[in-house]
Amino acid sequence: MRRFADVTGAVWWRSIHNFLTNPAFFLPSIIFPLFFFTAFAGGLSSVGDVPGFDFPAGYTAFQFCFVLLQASAFGGVFTGFGIASDFESGFARRMMLAAPNRLAILAGYLLVALTRAAIVITVLTVVALIAGMEVTGGPLDLFGMLLLAAILSLTATLFAAGVAFRTRTIQAGPAMQMPVFLVLFLAPVYVPVELLSGWVEAVAQVNPVTPLIEAARGLISGDAIDGLLAYGIGAGLLVVFAAWAVSGLRRAEAAGG
Amino acid sequence: MNTVPSLPAQVAQIARRSLLRTLRQPAQIVPPVIFPLFLLAINASGLDAATMIPGFPSDSYVDFAMAFAFMQGAIFSMMNSGTDLARDVESGFLKRLAMTPMRRTALLVGQLAGVLAVTLLSGVVYLVVGLIAGVTVETGVAGVVVLFVLFGLIGLAFASLGAFVGLRSGSAEAVQGFFPLFFVALFLSSASLPRELIEQDWFRTVATYNPVSYLVEGIRSLFIFDWDGQALAVAFAIAAAVTCVGLAGAVRALRTQVVR
Repeated sequence: MRRFADVTGAVWWRSIHNFLTNPAFFLPSIIFPLFFFTAFAGGLSSVGDVPGFDFPAGYTAFQFCFVLLQASAFGGVFTGFGIASDFESGFARRMMLAAPNRLAILAGYLLVALTRAAIVITVLTVVALIAGMEVTGGPLDLFGMLLLAAILSLTATLFAAGVAFRTRTIQAGPAMQMPVFLVLFLAPVYVPVELLSGWVEAVAQVNPVTPLIEAARGLISGDAIDGLLAYGIGAGLLVVFAAWAVSGLRRAEAAGG
Repeated sequence: MNTVPSLPAQVAQIARRSLLRTLRQPAQIVPPVIFPLFLLAINASGLDAATMIPGFPSDSYVDFAMAFAFMQGAIFSMMNSGTDLARDVESGFLKRLAMTPMRRTALLVGQLAGVLAVTLLSGVVYLVVGLIAGVTVETGVAGVVVLFVLFGLIGLAFASLGAFVGLRSGSAEAVQGFFPLFFVALFLSSASLPRELIEQDWFRTVATYNPVSYLVEGIRSLFIFDWDGQALAVAFAIAAAVTCVGLAGAVRALRTQVVR
């Protein structure tokens, strides 16, 4: 167990050190969520006046929840890029030779994604509060919202890790990024699902991310949410993509890293 | 006997090369076509409710959002021209070219012509898909002609900026680093809502000073209004001014890259 924790800690420390000391990694992770938040909450705020749009905490909080989950998911995707880069540089191969239990490597990357998400969420929240975001939910609600962000971050990391373990090249970046981008934007991004129209409404109704976004929005405004549905889907996604990532890890092991 | 090809022949050769190298790389064709259409579909559905805001200038958000797709296509032309020229610097192609009688003007004009052809082609795709989705062009057939002239000029403006960055930096990575900046400019404009309906003062101020807003409004006017001479004149003027700045920078950078 001690050796498992040592490997996990070493992977975490190396990746976080790279993340924090390399502006090319750190700045886009911070700037892009802030940019989306600015563009959506600032530029589209009058969408909150549309008849039928009833969100007590206001449009800034409405968009904050989407950007929060988006940033958490993309932190996971970027962690997947890091895994692929480690394979390309040969570092992952050496790491797999050294680690007695390779699941510890995966655990390290998951910890990296959570840390990255925590940093980005902190900056985003501070900016949103300065911008005048209203939070009408209680502390327990906010904890529930952050838990959803963590679930989505881990899910995206497990998905991207599964792709990275299988392809072992950074050229697979679009295969990690595009599905996450699509699933996030085919959800109720700008308005609640009942105000969507056309084919996107139909897709959003069955999109598994929709209940997570709706729950996060409900929590920040202190509204009642369908917690069983949101956290149930979250847990299901974690199980499915954990299996995907672990089987990918086994393939990488079989291929000799 | 003079064996040096004429300037138009040189331009045609480089334009053909530019066009073919773009068409042979799906990564340079697919995103400029697919990405704007995908965002158009998302926004048309997601923001259709915005047409219920009092004062919204159109009954259909797809009509309103078509300009957004065209602007994205123009921004991708910046990426394509810049990346291609930067690769020419990186690969030493420009240095080899310096040993030939090829004129610098031919290289730049040919490269931009090739990129422009791809940009206009993507514009045709946006329009066809839009029309299938029920978009109407209020200014009619003449409006479509003006649309493509304006779109071509805006595409040229962004392509010349891309050429400037590509030639100045000599790095495809640097061009790609600049690319998001132009997307930020597009998102911080009146592309999603009319300026008068933007509630946040600071955002409306940024959008008002952002030249991209006027390019968007020029294109949009052709879709949702009857002829709006002022919006078109401002859009043409800004596109022409940006083209001049981009070309001047690109010509200057080319002088340092192709030294004879």
